[in-house]
Amino acid sequence: MIRNERMKVAEQREIARNIYELVLEGKLADEIREPGRFIHVKAGETMDPLLRRPISIADYGNGRITLIYRAEGCGTRLISEKSPHGTADVLGPLGNGFPVRAAAPGTKALLVGGGIGVPPLYGLSKQLKEAGVEPVHVLGFQSDDVVFYEEKFSRLGETHIATVDGSRGTKGFVTDVLAKLGHEFGVYYSCGPVPMLKAVAEGMAGTEGYLSFEERMGCGIGACFACVCHTDSNDRGYVKVCSDGPVFKAGVVTI
Amino acid sequence: MSRLQVELPGLTLKNPIMPASGCFGFGREYAQLYDLSKLGAIMVKATTLEPRFGNPTPRVAETPAGMLNAIGLQNPGLEKVVTEELPWLEQYDVPIIANVAGSETEDYVAVAERISNVPNVRALELNISCPNVKCGGITFGTDPEVAGELTRAVKAVSAVPVYVKLSPNVTDVTEIARAAEAGGADGLTLINTLVGMRFDPRTGKPVIANGTGGLSGPAVKPVALRMVYEVSRSVSIPVIGMGGISDVDDVINFMSAGATAVAVGTANFVDHFVCPNLIDALPDRLDELGIGNVTQLIGRSHRI
Repeated sequence: MIRNERMKVAEQREIARNIYELVLEGKLADEIREPGRFIHVKAGETMDPLLRRPISIADYGNGRITLIYRAEGCGTRLISEKSPHGTADVLGPLGNGFPVRAAAPGTKALLVGGGIGVPPLYGLSKQLKEAGVEPVHVLGFQSDDVVFYEEKFSRLGETHIATVDGSRGTKGFVTDVLAKLGHEFGVYYSCGPVPMLKAVAEGMAGTEGYLSFEERMGCGIGACFACVCHTDSNDRGYVKVCSDGPVFKAGVVTI
Repeated sequence: MSRLQVELPGLTLKNPIMPASGCFGFGREYAQLYDLSKLGAIMVKATTLEPRFGNPTPRVAETPAGMLNAIGLQNPGLEKVVTEELPWLEQYDVPIIANVAGSETEDYVAVAERISNVPNVRALELNISCPNVKCGGITFGTDPEVAGELTRAVKAVSAVPVYVKLSPNVTDVTEIARAAEAGGADGLTLINTLVGMRFDPRTGKPVIANGTGGLSGPAVKPVALRMVYEVSRSVSIPVIGMGGISDVDDVINFMSAGATAVAVGTANFVDHFVCPNLIDALPDRLDELGIGNVTQLIGRSHRI
């Protein structure tokens, strides 16, 4: 069920440069059934900024949800100023997440994230591990100062970091790491900027994959048609990222 | 009779609150959140003769207390709307106002004739004011003569009353309003969005792929109120007012300016329960203002 709830801010901290981890408490957390879904957050208490901000759910459980986001514009800046004992007006959970069952127990699953696309892969990795799947993570960032959750991912499985400037891990893009990985994967999951998703999907062609997309949104529930993408796989010729996605099987969205 | 009930040509509304066209799809998404029978009416998304994909993305951009959109009338086309979307809405006790759009007069006429015969469609809203399509839309809404002729052509085939949705992107909105009235319009709805732009300072390019978009939200409310006021004083057909409505005093003010009912647009994206919340809040606010019946609000500013 989609709820509109004033959730309690339990924790908020900056975990990398301009990257914040926000933990919220409320009934909405119990409505989440799969990793990779998102919530729509009202940034401030006034009409400016007006629209909600869609933020992916990094982790959830025990009445809490963890969000990791980058404070970049006026809206996310306001969200980063929320402090414990304060509240956040949240609509959710929204969208469709990653199918954990697509990975068979005893096999390896590849998780590829780029920048602020990394967070939802954390909750996914935890659930894969619980299901007896071995997650392998390839995480790309701009530079050392915006890398986050490396240790947490490492605890769940093999983790490779790539930075564009080479200040941590492999210099270059996630695809540079993928080219050198020797594993066999039953399935892959990816979230990040579209050029990265495209490169990952091409590099992993022939393997079942799931991609999480980001698009500018209005309503977040499928009514306003702001976030549509072309597709060749259904008769209407489009999908809505917010309500049909944000996770799609690779090949569904034309990229 | 309920103190919130209002009467309009073709429409008996249990309350004067309805979602505006383009902000509510065909109701399916909001039906997950609350009972649509609670609404006074529903203005469904614009329907064109053929399916339309709409414009490239990004289609929306935030602006101070508002937003720009250039969706481009994306819709599944007349056939699907008539055979799937509108019959699905039959399960709710709520009159439907069908928004009709097109590129040519013939398109409007064809859509109007068929859609006006769907049982739950109680009125049409003639979309002559969409700023985001290259042909049709606003080109019909900025020339009084063209607007009047289109209204006449649609009136000739429609089985239900016709409301004409006016554009604010004109020098004198009352001129178009009078032309629509002369063309036989049963009512007017206003305002559609104001054409605007936003640029990305890093690239110097517009943020919206279409270049321009329609401005909506609280930012346009004073303009909308002024136009509802002017138009309702210059015609004798009723007006449904819209433009930045988000709280109960906005409803009061639009009705005071001359609207018989109001539509809520962008606010549905911000507070997804805004329509039922406004319906619940209205009686208490009327009590506070010492007003017995919501109809007493209509055009009360004109009498002062």
